[in-house]
Amino acid sequence: MSARSLRGRVAVAGIGESEYWKRGEAKEPEFVLGLRAILAACADAGIDPRHVDGFASYSNDRNEPSRFAAALDCRELRFSNMQWGGGGGGGSAAVANGAAAIAAGLADVVVVYRALAQGQFGRFGSGARRERVSGEPALWLPYGLMSPAQMFAMRAMRLMHEHGIRQEAFRAVALASYKHAQTNPRAVMYGRPLTAEAYDASRWITEPFHLYDCCLENDGAAALVLVSAERARDRRHPPVYLLGAAAGSERRAGAGSHNNPDYATASFKTVAPRLYDMAGVKPSDVDVVQSYENFTGGVVMSLIEHGFFGYDDANEFCTLENFSAPDGRLPLNTSGGNLAECYMHGLELQLEAVRQVRGTSTAQVPGARVALVGSGPMVTPVSDMILGSEDTL
Amino acid sequence: MTPVLPEGLPAPAPAPDGLDRPYWEAARRHRLVAQRCNACGAWQWSPEWICHACHSFEVGWADVPGPGRIFSWQRVWHPVHPALVGAVPYVVLLVELPGAGGIRMIGNRVGDPKAKVEIGAEVEPVFEDHGDYTLVQWRTP
Repeated sequence: MSARSLRGRVAVAGIGESEYWKRGEAKEPEFVLGLRAILAACADAGIDPRHVDGFASYSNDRNEPSRFAAALDCRELRFSNMQWGGGGGGGSAAVANGAAAIAAGLADVVVVYRALAQGQFGRFGSGARRERVSGEPALWLPYGLMSPAQMFAMRAMRLMHEHGIRQEAFRAVALASYKHAQTNPRAVMYGRPLTAEAYDASRWITEPFHLYDCCLENDGAAALVLVSAERARDRRHPPVYLLGAAAGSERRAGAGSHNNPDYATASFKTVAPRLYDMAGVKPSDVDVVQSYENFTGGVVMSLIEHGFFGYDDANEFCTLENFSAPDGRLPLNTSGGNLAECYMHGLELQLEAVRQVRGTSTAQVPGARVALVGSGPMVTPVSDMILGSEDTL
Repeated sequence: MTPVLPEGLPAPAPAPDGLDRPYWEAARRHRLVAQRCNACGAWQWSPEWICHACHSFEVGWADVPGPGRIFSWQRVWHPVHPALVGAVPYVVLLVELPGAGGIRMIGNRVGDPKAKVEIGAEVEPVFEDHGDYTLVQWRTP
């Protein structure tokens, strides 16, 4: 094993979340939701929260590690990290950053967290309310291009045009998330199944996205606890090892005003090969996938860029049957994910990947050993990670 | 012409740092310009302080030769801003400009918002004057 690899060196010892709420309905402030998730993750790991010495988050989380460390009386703070970039692109990178800190000796017990209460702090999906706008946003806000759905719809439209990918492929992603949410009592959409007919009849938000192609907006918090592989053994749960992680984006992905040269991309084309290389696995070794759904079209792009199927057979592959646990060809978003469990900015997907490798998901893939998470398609940077059980080392 | 979208959306103002001022001033005079490097001739959009191709800081401005081509599009049905209630649907275009190195610009399509939109179709700029600024919209020639 190369010294410049995280493979098998760090493990997830615990996972936890607050109760998940509809947007604006949380009964507690965002910081309290974060505390509850962190305490739950530490309890799950059997680790005293006072022994946490590092924190990693992403997407400009408002809750500072120093405040958590003081509130929890952590003995010492050694690592305080934020992955750059908006949206959910940093979900796996935050895990990677925390793991890198442990592997490099900068910290011993790192909590990766995300807390989000839009009722307290305002919504993502509502357009800008300023009277005047300048700089980059002046090139799109005056044209009514102002919401996340609108920022990504034209990528999905271009994908459909370039590769003949049909709306039914997007629909299959939505149907899979809602199906898996029906067995998950944590899910906001538990007890609210979605049919293909209801998807087809749902209103357009912006073509090519129907209502059900768009993620939820929720209040809540999620956290996981990372420790070294050595410390992870002899815990309450079998360790779930980080086999690999990668982050980044393609050349000039951040060019302004939709001028990234390769347009119809989830941004994983250079990232996914590095992930597989570090993890030492192939797409065919992956038992279950959690792929961030900001919008369904981005999931289809992500799965293609991770090599699970090609542009040419995407329409055939993207079916509810193939995406369903327990025995579909590629069980996808088995907790319900951002579409139907909770929009915890994707960190709920990391938690679900841990459950799958532990064997404790509410939509368990029998014998799952290798789980892949893709975070935040179509933004820059994106990130991804692969978790594995003891026997994958 | 009647504006594609009603008044009340955020109105553009040149950035205080001056980076995009030539674009907005040209639009006011009904000319479409984009950044073009004085050193190497590379086109660039949106505006940046340095040429991404040769790293020269001498990035100038040039008229964009027409026409454009629809690179992608969306038809917006959900109004996310109070000013857009009653103004949906509307079409947002991503227009590729082959005469300017293939840079892409965003605007609305002029005309029936429910009419078919075809990727690859030719479009030309239309200058939509507002109180103290001008937007660049696109129509089928």
